[in-house]
Amino acid sequence: MKSLIKNAAGRKIFMAVTGQLMVLFIIIHVIGNSTIYFGVLNSYADHLHAVPFLLWVFRLVMLTVFLIHVLFGILLTLDNCSARPGSYAVRAYRQSTFASRNMIWTGLLICLFLFYHLLHFTFQIIRPEVSAGVNSDAMGRPDVFNMLVMNFQHFSVTLIYILAIVALVLHLSHGIQSSFQTLGLNNERTLPVITKGGSIVAYVLFFGYIAIPVMIFIGILHG
Amino acid sequence: MILDGKCPSGPLSEKWDKRRSEMRLINPSNKRRYKIIVVGTGLAGASAAASLGELGYNVEAFCYQDSPRRAHSIAAQGGINAAKNYPNDGDGIYRLFYDTIKGGDFRSREANVYRLAQVSNNIIDQCVAQGVPFARDYAGYLDNRSFGGAQVSRTFYAKGQTGQQLLLGAYSALSRQINAGSVRLHTRTEMLDLVVIEGEARGITVRDMITGEIRSYAADAVCLCSGGYINVFCLSTNGMGSNVTAAYRAYKKGAFLANPCFTQIHPTCIPVSGDHQSKLTLMSESLRNDGRVWVPKKTGDNRSPREIPEEERDYYLERKYPGFGNLAPRDISSRAAKEVCDEGRGVGPGGRGVYLDFAGAIARIGESVIRQRYGNLFDMYERITGENAYRQPMRIYPAPHYAMGGLWVDYNLESNIRGLFVLGEANFSDHGANRLGASALMQGLGDGYFIIPYTIADYLAQRTPGTVTSEHPEFRRSRDERAVEIKRLFSINGRKSVNDFYRELGGVMWDYAGLPRSEESLKKALELIPRIRAEFWENVKIPGSGSELNQELEKAGRVADFLEFGELITLDALHRNESCGSHFRVEYQMPDGEARRDDENFCYVGAWQYMGADKMPELHKEPLDFENIQLSVRSYK
Amino acid sequence: MNLTLFVWRQKGPEDTGRLERYEAGDISTGMSFLEMLDVVNDKLIKNGEEPIAFDHDCREGICGTCSQVINGVPHGPEGKTTVCQLHMRNFSDGDTIYIEPLKSKAFPVISDLIVDRSALDRIIQAGGYISVHTGGVPDANTILVAKHDADTAMDAAECIGCGACVAACPNGSAMLFLAARVSHLAMLPQGRVEAKRRVRSMISAMSKEGFGNCSNHYECHAVCPKGIKLSFIAKLNREFIKAFGYVAEKDSAARPADVSIAD
Repeated sequence: MKSLIKNAAGRKIFMAVTGQLMVLFIIIHVIGNSTIYFGVLNSYADHLHAVPFLLWVFRLVMLTVFLIHVLFGILLTLDNCSARPGSYAVRAYRQSTFASRNMIWTGLLICLFLFYHLLHFTFQIIRPEVSAGVNSDAMGRPDVFNMLVMNFQHFSVTLIYILAIVALVLHLSHGIQSSFQTLGLNNERTLPVITKGGSIVAYVLFFGYIAIPVMIFIGILHG
Repeated sequence: MILDGKCPSGPLSEKWDKRRSEMRLINPSNKRRYKIIVVGTGLAGASAAASLGELGYNVEAFCYQDSPRRAHSIAAQGGINAAKNYPNDGDGIYRLFYDTIKGGDFRSREANVYRLAQVSNNIIDQCVAQGVPFARDYAGYLDNRSFGGAQVSRTFYAKGQTGQQLLLGAYSALSRQINAGSVRLHTRTEMLDLVVIEGEARGITVRDMITGEIRSYAADAVCLCSGGYINVFCLSTNGMGSNVTAAYRAYKKGAFLANPCFTQIHPTCIPVSGDHQSKLTLMSESLRNDGRVWVPKKTGDNRSPREIPEEERDYYLERKYPGFGNLAPRDISSRAAKEVCDEGRGVGPGGRGVYLDFAGAIARIGESVIRQRYGNLFDMYERITGENAYRQPMRIYPAPHYAMGGLWVDYNLESNIRGLFVLGEANFSDHGANRLGASALMQGLGDGYFIIPYTIADYLAQRTPGTVTSEHPEFRRSRDERAVEIKRLFSINGRKSVNDFYRELGGVMWDYAGLPRSEESLKKALELIPRIRAEFWENVKIPGSGSELNQELEKAGRVADFLEFGELITLDALHRNESCGSHFRVEYQMPDGEARRDDENFCYVGAWQYMGADKMPELHKEPLDFENIQLSVRSYK
Repeated sequence: MNLTLFVWRQKGPEDTGRLERYEAGDISTGMSFLEMLDVVNDKLIKNGEEPIAFDHDCREGICGTCSQVINGVPHGPEGKTTVCQLHMRNFSDGDTIYIEPLKSKAFPVISDLIVDRSALDRIIQAGGYISVHTGGVPDANTILVAKHDADTAMDAAECIGCGACVAACPNGSAMLFLAARVSHLAMLPQGRVEAKRRVRSMISAMSKEGFGNCSNHYECHAVCPKGIKLSFIAKLNREFIKAFGYVAEKDSAARPADVSIAD
């Protein structure tokens, strides 16, 4: 284990595993979000908070996963930068993408956004006046639905979310297939499939996530 | 002087066993006290250094490349022969031996060649154990193919990159020893001199190609594995850096150079495209299995090949050698190509090329089969020439490819200088006057893995290790001389580049001492080469300084040696009044144009001794006794 | 045709280096890229200037010595080729060509376009071999190897060690180089025995030499003159994962003389 953490190749394995866990989380998250279309968002949110102990265990696990990913991501990037002093006068890329070359930046943007997002919707410190913790719905549950509607009616909030989701999609469009390669979970035949599949998943998530703020902002979803 | 090859007596098949049982051994714990220098890291050098290091000797390995893996052995395409007889087609050690001797036109030493055939099987075993990915059949057994006109399938291969894979195998073994500390590797280091003290090779002087520093290394024995000298023709299939310097400096220190005129010209290379040409690229001979070689019947026929009707084409190989046709051996097809071009019937730029036409084969078996068989070669051809060989015939031309001659060695691979061992292409021993396809790899690895470890022990066991250091006056003298020489090169400051002289020399060698040769042409060469040499030493320009990386200086040193060595080749060719193998003298041919060998007068190895600058070298002979085989006429009619 | 070249000139490792402009006139389309440089150099020499230093040897695409970054792509624009096999017909009259050395921390510049790639050799020395002694091996046909495995091993073994993968990698990683060697040997029964030790020691050697890590940009494969497949990197990763828990022993390629039974 020690060699895994100290060794760059081992750290990459951590990156891949934690990345895949977070992708799983993101997929579950978007499925959870979709309860909004069936009018059961508040009920879903209420159920999530049913057993605080489990919730906190889950949060701590995700936090650890997240921190490992960020920490090793930064360390590996620093490594890589130092392995590559100076650039070419002319540089022509043949295979890498904007997304693959900017993982650190999209990653850091996502990291920043995550703080914002947690403070905004989880701990509800930002814009507390419309937070679900303050306002209850008709059944006495925290009114998550209304919180969303009130927030995404604001252009600035919607814009922040859209930008973050763009960063997320860029990150995933490279990250998903990359994690499979790092874990050796592919071969010559499946590599192109996984590469394409990773991008498709990323774009599906993009639409999944972007749908709610956009629909609220343009008034399709309303209170 | 009559040279003695020191072959063991007794029946042919027992000679090597006999010698091995007689040779002295060194106690394992004493081996590390002996230092061995290995120059060159190709098949012979890497396999020797790895094997000796593993035995426990203290090995210093040198190469001019930036990595041992880049030695020119890597470029060998076809395969490696062995007498395994896996296909059950009648092969065996004797047959491989006989084919090699006959292929060499009976100008090689029986005992050496037989031993080569014996160890050939061990080489394959060794390489497989190292992880060389030879081609296999569906049952998982090793695959063999017939190569270079052999009647049995004895060639093992790894795609078209057998040399690469074998070298990487030897390089792996070498890397392992470097890791273990038994071999110290010196890359980008060029040998400039052999140091001989009291008749024994005691070390070398080198130039560090990065810093320019001249250094010496002392040792108890020196192995030269520095490859062949075919780059004396300037344009050849060898790597740009391949040179004669290491061998030639040994020659100047008294080692005999044997049969330098035996130079192989390969028939299927991509022709020269212009004056800028820097090297020639070999196309696998296997192309001749399906391609038909022809030139227009009329001289100066400039029509495009497809416009020349069938009856106006001369399929000269099929016409002259109906038995073998397009598959006639290398030397014969090379000569025939040169002849038709010299008649003015050549095609392509400068009329230096003949067509190798696949139209018939494509019509017969279809383009897809041809693509399957030769796709990579057609691609390579297109990459270099920009022509599509599926649509128009390829153009090919002979190119210098391999040097059978080299430093003279006895059965133990030791030269006439004690303690100087010569392995691989750098020695003269196994290929006679002509090398068969897929034999060079066999010889390089055989020498390195399975012969030198025994014979060098026998030599070292008779000596006390480490009796001289590189501070010995001889070493100091060697370093001083090299420094003076380099200074002299810079002091010329003339107007022509090294390449100008190199091209001139290559042109003379090709035109007058290449293929075929005549007394007249050789004498012409002997007149021209000293002139070029004299001008070189008056008019060459080498920019920069000697105390830094200086590629022009490196080249200048090598070309300076070629300028002397070319003369030696010519002398040797002139003295050998016969035609044999690759050496074809127009005066000595049968009425039908076949080579006329003269076994009565020339059945010997001609070994030349350096007698001093501008002095005629002295010829020594090692008679070749054939105890086991009957000399026959090598006819491919 | 006539070309404008911008060539990286650097006296030595200490020098900072700069791009210099040269005009290459009278270049024919049949020339190889290196022959074009030969022509430029010949002119420089005759003008008393120092020629451009560049590595090259076999000039037939197999030795892996030549190493230049042409217009931002190692081995130039053609793909699946080495510089020495790149021909001028791929360029047009009036083109401007940038020629730079392979750039990576692990490849210090020696002079102009020549870099020191011995780090790659040291990675191999760390364990990129099968520890077999000379002699005493079984007959070559004793251990069968499935054709598919032998062919796959050969595909990996084609690597010429030119270092283009490192130069192209935005991270300066040598993963494709390692992957080729590790996969080649791991595909063969002879090489499986040491697979764990090999992958561990080669990967740590790679980090030690200052190469970066793979983040799957796949630039390496795009410039590889031999088209070494990306699936070998996945294979390398699998081999690395399989080696978890392997306790590295001291490599015992020790010399027999060091093991004296008598005392």
